[in-house]
Amino acid sequence: MPQKSIRQALNEALAQEMRRDPTIVVIGEDVSGGAGTEGQRDAYGGVLGVTKGLFGEFGEARVIDTPITESAIMGAAAGAAVTGLRPVAELMFSDFFGVCFDQIFNQAAKFRYMFGGKAKTPLVIRTMIGAGRSAAAQHSQSPYGVFTAVPGLKCVVPSNAYDAKGLLIQAIRDDDPVVFCEHKLMYDLRTEVPDEPYTIPFGEANVVRDGDDVTVVALARMVHYANEAAEALEKDGIEIELIDPRTTSPLDEDTILESVERTGRLVIVDEATPRCSIATDIAALVADKAFDALKAPIRRVTAPHTPVPFAPSLEKLYIPSPDKIAAAVREVHGYGK
Amino acid sequence: MTIAAITMPKWGLTMTEGKILGWLKEEGDAVGPSDELVEIETTKITNVMEAGEAGTLRRIVAAPGSTLPIGALIAVVAPQEAADGEIDAFVAGFVVPDTTAAEAESEAPAARELAAGDYRLRYLDLGESGVPIVLIHGFGADLNTWMFNQSVLAERQRTIALDLPGHGGSSKALKGPIDGAGLAADIDRALAALDIDRVHLVGHSMGGAIALHFAGWQPARVASLTLLAPAGLGPEINAAFIDGFVRIERRREAQEVLRLLVHDPALVGRTMVEDVLRYKRLDGVSAALSAIAAEWFPGGVQRAGQAEILATLPLPVQLVWGRDDRIIPVAHAAAVAGRVPVHILDSCGHLPHMEKAGEVNRLIARLVGEAAA
Repeated sequence: MPQKSIRQALNEALAQEMRRDPTIVVIGEDVSGGAGTEGQRDAYGGVLGVTKGLFGEFGEARVIDTPITESAIMGAAAGAAVTGLRPVAELMFSDFFGVCFDQIFNQAAKFRYMFGGKAKTPLVIRTMIGAGRSAAAQHSQSPYGVFTAVPGLKCVVPSNAYDAKGLLIQAIRDDDPVVFCEHKLMYDLRTEVPDEPYTIPFGEANVVRDGDDVTVVALARMVHYANEAAEALEKDGIEIELIDPRTTSPLDEDTILESVERTGRLVIVDEATPRCSIATDIAALVADKAFDALKAPIRRVTAPHTPVPFAPSLEKLYIPSPDKIAAAVREVHGYGK
Repeated sequence: MTIAAITMPKWGLTMTEGKILGWLKEEGDAVGPSDELVEIETTKITNVMEAGEAGTLRRIVAAPGSTLPIGALIAVVAPQEAADGEIDAFVAGFVVPDTTAAEAESEAPAARELAAGDYRLRYLDLGESGVPIVLIHGFGADLNTWMFNQSVLAERQRTIALDLPGHGGSSKALKGPIDGAGLAADIDRALAALDIDRVHLVGHSMGGAIALHFAGWQPARVASLTLLAPAGLGPEINAAFIDGFVRIERRREAQEVLRLLVHDPALVGRTMVEDVLRYKRLDGVSAALSAIAAEWFPGGVQRAGQAEILATLPLPVQLVWGRDDRIIPVAHAAAVAGRVPVHILDSCGHLPHMEKAGEVNRLIARLVGEAAA
């Protein structure tokens, strides 16, 4: 089976779905991919290269460049969704959600409810998350916890190219608004991806590796860091069960709870800040529903409660590392022994 | 004097490492090539590895619980009279051959595609000489079901496994008739594309019924026929399995359904479940499986009636069944008992070629050998 990067997987998902369904449109800042530059208009495929080739194949009625105004992008997309199109809107950096959050959380997320179930809002918002590029505090955050906290929004946080393609197709076919979070350091990460279209259901975690000693829940880039930690821990005879929830809303609670009921020990790894976060949410879930199974305190390995630092040395300390994950697992594993 | 290395096997295209669950022999025990030696867990399935060598199990190198890459030394079999020092030196000097490491690294599966009528069919063609053995999988499966069989059979003889229409890496949209005769005609077209005339056919479950249709239709082209827990011999089938398999979308349901296939539910690993889900998620698969299930098992009952054809085929045939089969009852073998050789395997469910791979490989090789003689 061919190996594809996350960038290719997302591009393939968009192209295949746009061929299948003429109501799907892409809208955002320079999604045509190279406006104003010399040569072919979609030469770049957007700042991320994800929409490359779409303008050439589907034209400007379906690949819509906008001015630099997130509120207009999200407002237009929410309106289009509720009146019959299936827009895939791009919010380039998730950090910018502040300027368009009314359109997302008070409009798109509420339409189905405000209109008594008579309206559907098949809107996908693709957006970039993650630190590690020295892009400073306004371009490095991972605010999926905020989107997860809004009833009416679904939230996807893929960790690999196979999941990215299947989850994006699922998001496009879903009749509710979905925020689709792409980690900016992971676009070139490759894995086997089928050429055919496929969907991965929301609320279905991926068990990345089996183990009976400690349950580790991680998202996006942290899945790979946790896997690195697992390799080191395995040499010491500690086997972790690594769970990637893939979607934070809906959240596959059963897979996490069943695992903790077996291991009795839980570490949650999250690149986002720790207050009112996914890590905190999952810790509360397990404390609430699997308290009797716990043999050790729940540990969260997260960023500190500060803005993302600009200095590369500080940013490196800010992001959870495989070493920090391994240390937390060792602590939890040794607790009470 | 030969000191033989027992190494971590490579089962299937994607295995890179295995975990030693437990040794079934102790140091000092005499072992024969087909003796069950060690239980190995992969992320896909747990299986028993046979010794493959004759002698004394002189040294167990890999402790239970350890995970090792394919090709790594796990034990030493040698004559009883070999000195301990020689065994020590052998273990110390053992180097994992480069080819194994290269094989473990290489992700490229050797599977290819052929055009058969309106379909693209994926197939894996291993081995060189002789009348080819053709392996036909069952409902919902694909060529990877033969992970313990194809490479072993291919050491002696060309062996081809293919994915049926709607399955594995083949076209998902069904275009022609999908009853036994229709799918046998697809096999016929696949053989034509490969320019193959005579074959030894091995079919599992629904694939067994297809192989039987083919043999009944063109007996002169079939050198031998091995049917593993085949459909077509009686009306009963586990409707909960068929319905469940068509319906499943999520891991936990899939695990429950797949566990019906084997005598020991613990055999089913995470990767086997994930592989089934990855297949089921592809566009078109649900529609294809629903159509095939409706054609083959309407109302949860098989369209049977092939027992007489099997009993009167003018070619070497054999029937293999697991005693604990929970999908198609082993009692169906009774329809041809006394007229067709029947091998009923203990501690075995609906996947004899996986659960009792060594034994099934020997049965197939023996019938193929007899047919050639």
